[in-house]
Amino acid sequence: MTGAVPAGPAAPAGGARAAGAGRATTTATAPAHAAGSPGSPADRRLRVEELTVSFRLPGATVRAVTGVRFEVRPGRCLALVGESGCGKSVLAHALLGLLPGNAEVSGRAWLEQDGQGLELLGAPQAVLARRVRGRAIGLIPQSPATHLTPVRTARAQLEEALRELGHPRPRERAGELALRQGLHPADLDRYPHELSGGMAQRVANAMALAGDPWLILADEPTGGLDRPLVDKAMDALRALCDEGRAVLLITHDLRAAERVADDLAVMYAGRLVETGPAARVLDRPRHPYAAGLVDARPDRAFVPIPGMPPELTRLPDGCAFAPRCARADAACAAPPVLADGVACHHPGEDGRA
Amino acid sequence: MLEARDVTVRYGRQVVLDRVSLRVEPGRVTGLAGPSGCGKSTLARVLALMLRPSGGSVVLDGQAVGRWRQRAPRAQRTSVALLYQQPRLAADPRLTLTEIIAEPLAAAGRPDPERVAALAAETGLTPDLLTRRPHEVSDGQLQRACVARALVLEPRYLICDEMTTMLDASTQAHLVAVVEAYRERSGAGVLAVSHDDALLDRWAHRRVRLGETELGEAAPAPG
Repeated sequence: MTGAVPAGPAAPAGGARAAGAGRATTTATAPAHAAGSPGSPADRRLRVEELTVSFRLPGATVRAVTGVRFEVRPGRCLALVGESGCGKSVLAHALLGLLPGNAEVSGRAWLEQDGQGLELLGAPQAVLARRVRGRAIGLIPQSPATHLTPVRTARAQLEEALRELGHPRPRERAGELALRQGLHPADLDRYPHELSGGMAQRVANAMALAGDPWLILADEPTGGLDRPLVDKAMDALRALCDEGRAVLLITHDLRAAERVADDLAVMYAGRLVETGPAARVLDRPRHPYAAGLVDARPDRAFVPIPGMPPELTRLPDGCAFAPRCARADAACAAPPVLADGVACHHPGEDGRA
Repeated sequence: MLEARDVTVRYGRQVVLDRVSLRVEPGRVTGLAGPSGCGKSTLARVLALMLRPSGGSVVLDGQAVGRWRQRAPRAQRTSVALLYQQPRLAADPRLTLTEIIAEPLAAAGRPDPERVAALAAETGLTPDLLTRRPHEVSDGQLQRACVARALVLEPRYLICDEMTTMLDASTQAHLVAVVEAYRERSGAGVLAVSHDDALLDRWAHRRVRLGETELGEAAPAPG
């Protein structure tokens, strides 16, 4: 449904929110309405509740995302990490209404801004096109170089985006956006095949920012980039947070997430299995899958998690990780719920008393 | 020993590699590092006999390479296997994973279903995955099949060009372990091309850095 409803009071901050969120969110723990004018950044957030996406295929149902809930606020970066095929990108596409026709979506995704809430999952395409895509939520796509149209220059595509978003001076603005991303304005006159990976990344960032969205959705933005370029791309995302935007980063790369994220959500077989402050989750993961991912890093134990993730068409009734888990026992036949930041019947200690 | 001697590669007027020398020793892992665009992948393709250099030579176990790609003699061609960063671009979309793994055996005219099954199991592919085609599996699962395919003819040298860059940490650790197990039991030489210093710290016995303009070979091993 698309009915605009007033933004509810902010959820309790949970105590886990690290101090020093971006400049724009110094009032983040106050109720949303107490934070100045209706359009103030502190009013804004994306609240996803029980998001579930499945695809009906002949003879099978792919349960890509199951019961996911999280929240993103200005000044913060939430990284959603997990291996390829775990449902991360489907989640991003669901928020923008970009799923194919055979997708079945349930749950709620409240985009709260200007004192109003818009429910994204039920919103008609026309509303998403006019109010959400590019304007409230900017998408930085997977492999930016292949996302650009090969037969037109970067400038033609960026100016087109600006024009469609109603910008009065697309040509000037394109140059400004390029400069802010560290591109020489003349670089915009290149065709996509003439751009290096890093330059294509910056063009993609400029496109995502064309409509001045407050929420940036970055879907595996680092594919094919080498480490220094990944670091630069992450620093660029961090800068967007620090100027008061919210960033939802989707990645398989723990080191990239570590560099930029305030909060981390670990996804396994379509469910969130652990959430919390990024530094804590990476340092002392509590869910055995999260612990396995961290241990698999070459600068840690470099030991793989045994087995493979389950098929999303045949998820077990209980915990989806149990077949690969050393801690599994009879209790794991029941599906664990995400409580206190971890969805596990036998979570590890988190270091708190 | 697989050796590049003073290899030069030009694309048009652009010089991508300028008299680069590199040695891949049997039984050891040589790391090849360097920034984006420095020619790492080009050098990997030259060593895999997939690209004829404009100058210099490649020597494979004492024999100079004179022909490249499909014209290379079969014995040389099958001695070196190449793994790419993007498995989707390296796998025929019409084949099942089993057929992808078995492809080099079929091309050599000596099918060996047992060996295919053993490698599939070692790379962690389950029977239900093996009947699927590339679009029905994840990048990580497809790369597992590509690793199995690379090992199926028991190459003496294995060139891993950013083999795990697109994969999650656990799949990376697994595939590197599969390559390491193969190296230990076969004595094959491995060239690990990666921009990830943490990975090469862990995996490579020695490391060569290919600069933007500088020559690549580090000080040769003593003796």
